[in-house]
Amino acid sequence: MVRRNTIVFFIIVAIFAFAVCALVYPLFDREEMRLGLDLQGGIHMVYQADFTDVEPGTEGEAIDGAIAVIERRINILGVTEPLIQKQGGDRIIVELPGVGEAEKAKNLIGETTLLEFREREVDEEGNVTWVPATATIDGKEKILTSGYFKENTYVGQGSLGQIMLYFEWNEEGSQISGEVTGRLIGQPLAIFLSGEPLLGDDEQPIAPIVRSQITDRGQIEGLSLGEATELSQLLNAGRIPVPLNPIYEQTVSPILGADFIDMSLMAGLIGIILVMLFMIVYYRLPGVLASLALIFYGAVLLAVFKLIPVTLTLAGIGGFVLSIGMAVDANVLIFERMKEEFATGRTLGAAIEAGFNRAWMAIRDSNVTTIIVCLILIWLGSSIVESAPVTGFAVTLLIGVLVSMFSAIIVTRTLLRLFVGTSLAKKTWLFSAHREKK
Amino acid sequence: MLDITGKRSLFLIISEIIILIGIIALVVFGLKPGIEFSSGSLLTLGFEQEVEQSDLKAELVNLGYDNVIIQRTGAGDFFIRTQELTAAERLDLEEALGARFGALSEREFYSVSSMVAAETVSNAVIAVAVAAVGILLYITWAFRRMPKPFHYGVCAIIALVHDVVLVTGIFAILGAIMGWEINLMFITGVLAVIGYSINNTVVVFDRIRENLRRGVHPDFEMVVNNSLVETLSRSLNTSLTTLFVVLALLLFVGASIQNFALVMLIGIIVGTYSSLFVAPTLLIVWERGEWGNLIPLRRTKTEEA
Repeated sequence: MVRRNTIVFFIIVAIFAFAVCALVYPLFDREEMRLGLDLQGGIHMVYQADFTDVEPGTEGEAIDGAIAVIERRINILGVTEPLIQKQGGDRIIVELPGVGEAEKAKNLIGETTLLEFREREVDEEGNVTWVPATATIDGKEKILTSGYFKENTYVGQGSLGQIMLYFEWNEEGSQISGEVTGRLIGQPLAIFLSGEPLLGDDEQPIAPIVRSQITDRGQIEGLSLGEATELSQLLNAGRIPVPLNPIYEQTVSPILGADFIDMSLMAGLIGIILVMLFMIVYYRLPGVLASLALIFYGAVLLAVFKLIPVTLTLAGIGGFVLSIGMAVDANVLIFERMKEEFATGRTLGAAIEAGFNRAWMAIRDSNVTTIIVCLILIWLGSSIVESAPVTGFAVTLLIGVLVSMFSAIIVTRTLLRLFVGTSLAKKTWLFSAHREKK
Repeated sequence: MLDITGKRSLFLIISEIIILIGIIALVVFGLKPGIEFSSGSLLTLGFEQEVEQSDLKAELVNLGYDNVIIQRTGAGDFFIRTQELTAAERLDLEEALGARFGALSEREFYSVSSMVAAETVSNAVIAVAVAAVGILLYITWAFRRMPKPFHYGVCAIIALVHDVVLVTGIFAILGAIMGWEINLMFITGVLAVIGYSINNTVVVFDRIRENLRRGVHPDFEMVVNNSLVETLSRSLNTSLTTLFVVLALLLFVGASIQNFALVMLIGIIVGTYSSLFVAPTLLIVWERGEWGNLIPLRRTKTEEA
C-alpha cells in the first residue's frame, strides 16, 4: 500500500514537472499558447456564397474554387496563420490574425477582380456610355473579360520604359477578343474593374485605341508599378467563381486583446488564491493538500491547452477561471464525507478511504451533468456562425472537468494517504475533524 | 437536527413569488437582444481628442443614423451600435467622424446579418431545450434503481427552469433600467448555470439515494431532511469557492465578459437555493400529493410527521 502510494506520488510529480516544462519551454514545436482572435486581435469574416448563377450540381466545386482563390490571394500578402474553412455547404469562414495586413487581405477577398472590356456608345444626344464589349461565339453572346486570361500575367517595361501589364488570352478569349477588336479598329476599348473604370497613374481612365485585331496576347499600359503588380497577382490567383456576401464580421484590435489577457490572468490568480485560502482555513491540512492539487490542476490544464492546442478565447479563459472554483468541489465532497465518517468513530485512515469511496457516486453524477452541458454547448458552437465564445467556454470547461476529477481524486488521495502514516496524522485538529458527542 | 423540509411550503412559496416576478418582468420588459440575436453593427472607436457623447450622437444623427445607440466605455472609448453597415458605409462613417472629431482609431468592429442572427436565436433555444432533456434522461437513468426515478429527473428540471426564469427575469429588469443587452455570453452563462445548478441538485439527490438504500429512516421526508442537512456544508462551500472566482472575473475582466459573470453570480446564488430548497422539497410534495399546499391561499397545516 505504502509503496504503491509512493509510486503514484512520483508519477504525479512527474506529470506536474512535465506540465510546468511544457508551459515554460517550447515543447513539440508549441512555443506559445494559441490565442483566439478576440485575444490577439484580427479579423473574423463569414461569407455566404450566392449560388443563383451557379450551375446546379457544381456548387461544391464553386465553393472549393473560391476557397482556393482566397487562399492564394491571402498568401500574396503573407498574413501569418490564416484560417480559411468551409462551413456547411455554402459558407466560408476566414480568420486573419493581426490587423494591418489583415484589413488589406479582407479587402482582397471582397474583390471580384474581374477586368471587363467595354466599348463606347454614343446616343442621339451625344451622351457617352461604356457598354460591355461582346462577341457571339457558337450562338452565345459573351463579354470580353479577364475571365479568359491565362493565369500567367506579368508586369514588365515597354520600349519607352513605361509599365506594362502583359496578359495572354486562352482559347475562348482569343475568339472573343478577335471578334471584338476586329470590329472596333480605330476605336477606344476601356477597361473596367468592379464596375468602375480602371484608372491609370495619371488618374485618367485607361482606354487605349484598338490598332489591330488581337487574338493571342495584349498589354495594359498606364498603371503605376504597384497597382500593376497587385493586379497581376490577383489575376493570376484566379477569379472567385461564385459571389460571396459577408454575413458576419468581427475585427478586434490587438491592444484590446492584450488588456483582456492581463485582466483575466489577474482574475484567475486572485480567484485561485481566494479558493486556496478558503480551503485551508476551513479544512486545514486536507485544505493545504487540496490547494496543492489545485496548483497541479492549474498547471496541467494550461499545459493541456497549450499542447493540444486549444485556442484560448476570452470566454475560454472565463471557463478556465470558473473551473478553478468548481475543481475543488470534488475535494469539498470528499472532505465533508471524511469528517462525517470520522465523527462516527472510524480511524482517520478508514475515514479517508470511506470518504473517497462514498463521495465517488456524487462526483460522478454531478460531473456527468456538467459534461452533458459542455457537449451541448460544443454542438451549439458548431452550429452557429459566431462560434468562438460558446465553443471556447465549453471546451475549456470540459477539459477542466476531466482534469479536475483526476487532480481532486487521485492527487489529493495520494497526498492524504502519504500523510496518514506520519506523526502529523495524530493531530486531529489538523483535519478539523471531531468525534460525534454521544 | 435542522428542520428544512418542514418549512417546505414557505420555501416553495418564496420561489413561486420570485418566479412570478421574473415572468412578469419578462412579459412586461422583455429581453433586449444584442446584435448577435437582432443583427446590426457594433463599432468601438477611440478618439484622440476629448469627445462629448451628445456631440457624437448629434453628428451620427446628422449623418443619417437615427437609431444609433452610443455607450461610453470605462476606457473612454465609444460603442456605437447601428443597423448593419456595409464595408463602404463603415469607411464613410469613420471618415466623416474623423473629419468632425479628429484622429480616431477603431478598436473593434462587429457586424451580424439578420440571417445569422435568426440562426443563432433558434440554435440557442434548441441548445437550452436539449440540455434540459439530456439532463432529465441522465438523472432518470442514474436513479433508475429508486422507486420513482422519473420524479428525481422532473424535480431537477423544475429547479433548473426556476433558475433560468429568475436569471432571465433579472436581465429583463436590467435591460429595462440600464439598457443591458443579452448576447451569446449570456446564453453561455445560462447553460453554465444549468450545469452548475443540476450539479448541486444531483449531490443532494445522491445522498437521498444513499440514505434510502441504507434505510436510515422509514419516513421519506426525514430521509430527505437528513440528506439535506448532511450535504448542506458541502453545498454552501462549493458555492462559496465558485462565487469567489466569479467575483474575481466580474471585478477584473469587466465589460466584455460582464454578461457571463453576472449571470453566473446570480445563477450560483439562485441555483444553490433551488437545489437545497426547491428540488428536494418538491420530491416530498410529489410523494405525498400535497400540490394544494403550493397555492398560498388554500394553505392548510398538514404537518403529519
